[in-house]
Amino acid sequence: MSIQVKFFASLRESLGQSETTVEQASTVTEVWDLATQSATPPNNLLVAVNLDYANMQSQVNDGDEVAFFPPVTGG
Amino acid sequence: MATHILDEDFQPYQWLSEFSQQMPAGRDGAAASFIGTMRDYNDDATVRTMTLEHYPAMTQRYLEQLEKQAKTDWPLNDCLIVHRVGEVFPGEAIVLIGCWSAHRRAALDACNWLIEELKYKAPFWKKEQNQSGERWVESNTDGL
Repeated sequence: MSIQVKFFASLRESLGQSETTVEQASTVTEVWDLATQSATPPNNLLVAVNLDYANMQSQVNDGDEVAFFPPVTGG
Repeated sequence: MATHILDEDFQPYQWLSEFSQQMPAGRDGAAASFIGTMRDYNDDATVRTMTLEHYPAMTQRYLEQLEKQAKTDWPLNDCLIVHRVGEVFPGEAIVLIGCWSAHRRAALDACNWLIEELKYKAPFWKKEQNQSGERWVESNTDGL
């Protein structure tokens, strides 16, 4: 099993990594814990699974891409 | 319908003109547009440049989903979204939204909905560079 994990913007800088791989997880929460060595997630953390918004309880599967990022500020 | 993510300066009025020239003459009775440009100040600080980061695959997909949703919710004849990424300077355009319809209400309401949705959900992030260093913009203004 392999799940690609990405971090963006201020979260990428504070964690000191832009991407990593998680070998075994069934939920987004588990992905976060494994990818960040159980860092405390920010209150305003956003997450996407396979390019769609998801939440920390969302299920993940082999081959998924999970992205974590802060509130968006485009436009 | 069209979405474009550009990594260099663009001229929004030129884009509107060229895009609308491709449309059938006489089809649209209304066109509404929104253009967002970079200010040289924010929270009482002078901003010299700004860097726009994004999540490329999700951004493109999300903007296309927004366009499809707008065309489902309003009787739009056409729609255009253009957004900058990379280094932006004061006065340069950041975002352009254009909506065309038979009557004004659909174009105006869809344009307003699109910019609000984009600002709160499309995965772009601004980092400002000013005289004392740089800082991430933490949130967008609340529809002001």
